Amino acid sequence: MSHHTLDATRLLCPLPVIRTQNFVATLNRGDTVDVICTDPGAKNDIPAWSRINGHEIINTKDDGNNIVITVKVVGSSD
Amino acid sequence: MKAATHLKQKKAVALISGGLDSMLAARTMIEQNIHVEGINFFTGFCVEGHTHAIRKQDKDKQKRNNALWVAEQLGIKLHIIDVIEEYKDIVINPKHGYGANLNPCLDCKCFMVKKALQWTQENNFDFIITGEVIGQRPMSQRRDTMPVVARESGANDLLVRPLCAKNLPATLPELNGWIDREKMHGFTGRSRKPQFKLAAEFGIEEYAQPAGGCCFLTDKSYANKLSDLWQARGERKYEFDDIMLLKIGRHLRPRPHFKIIVGREEGENNFMQGYRKQFTSMYTLSHSGPLVLADGKMSEDDIYLAARLTARFSQGRDAQSVQVLVKQVDKEEIKLDVPPLSSEEIPQEWYV
Ligand code: SF4
Repeated sequence: MSHHTLDATRLLCPLPVIRTQNFVATLNRGDTVDVICTDPGAKNDIPAWSRINGHEIINTKDDGNNIVITVKVVGSSD
Repeated sequence: MKAATHLKQKKAVALISGGLDSMLAARTMIEQNIHVEGINFFTGFCVEGHTHAIRKQDKDKQKRNNALWVAEQLGIKLHIIDVIEEYKDIVINPKHGYGANLNPCLDCKCFMVKKALQWTQENNFDFIITGEVIGQRPMSQRRDTMPVVARESGANDLLVRPLCAKNLPATLPELNGWIDREKMHGFTGRSRKPQFKLAAEFGIEEYAQPAGGCCFLTDKSYANKLSDLWQARGERKYEFDDIMLLKIGRHLRPRPHFKIIVGREEGENNFMQGYRKQFTSMYTLSHSGPLVLADGKMSEDDIYLAARLTARFSQGRDAQSVQVLVKQVDKEEIKLDVPPLSSEEIPQEWYV
């Protein structure tokens, strides 16, 4: 199990979701990734993407500049 | 006992735009016990929340991605594919031409079905589903274009359109008995009533109803800005940043070789800040005002003119003199004191 960081700042949706999807495809079950975004749309889209793929959102932080969404790989990563 | 292969659930990939038709088409196949997963292509021109995400005044508006939302309602996976680079050729050289604006809908459909076919081959899926309806759209969904999409995409009889299948020749999944033709539909024409009725039958109450098409290429003012960009550059090319910037700000072209983009509000100004390393940028120091980006090779006179325009769009528009900070790529910042242009000095033709 490993922890990763993915920079998706300045990208507008759906690009943060695409980056997350493609990155998660390289990870193993149990791995986690902090996706760092600036588009507030990601707060809806990354959890929606995670739900339909069976992954878990274990934390969301928004400091007004950056949004950090932590995804845990649970479902199959493809 | 039936052969084991016969029992294996067949798998289809559905093109999911986020609208009602593709949602109904996928649902029709799920009802027939097909394993369906969605695919959605990001071309860079998709209307999806971008301008809402950028504009501060729209911050409270719904920002959900409709394709993801649809997939969740259907309980299927969704694969979003970035096709920004490959799609350029479709926009620049559409074999079948454009619709009312710069929308190459028929080429676009062929391209997307072709990509979906590739995906089915790579992922061992059996066929492709689209929400197309004969006669629904003037360019890409006509009786004569349905076979064009099937043929040019290479999908041929692996392309199933569950909403109008009864009006089309039988496809391989029907002939093989994977799906039942009788349980599909025979919708035609522009009326949306059959779709609304089917949605009600499925208990689908909420869905996005995009006005016009699914992308900015159908938008007249956007298409004008893209044409202007091509004309000014003397070639039909674009980069992703170009097409993003066409979605925001006021665009004025005071001279054939350069244009300026004026942020209209705080959200746009913030978004444009990210482009200050790539473009000449300006803003007023003596008064509050927007961020302005300038695109093109500019002489000193051009810079001066752009600074006067920048002053015009600031709170100092009626002042004698306004101080403007100018930053050109790879050059030191300079401060210019300029008289703002009067509104009479800005011809309407400058607005792109
Ligand atoms: S509206 Fe845009 S995305 Fe939709 S078919 Fe036409 S070109 Fe393609």
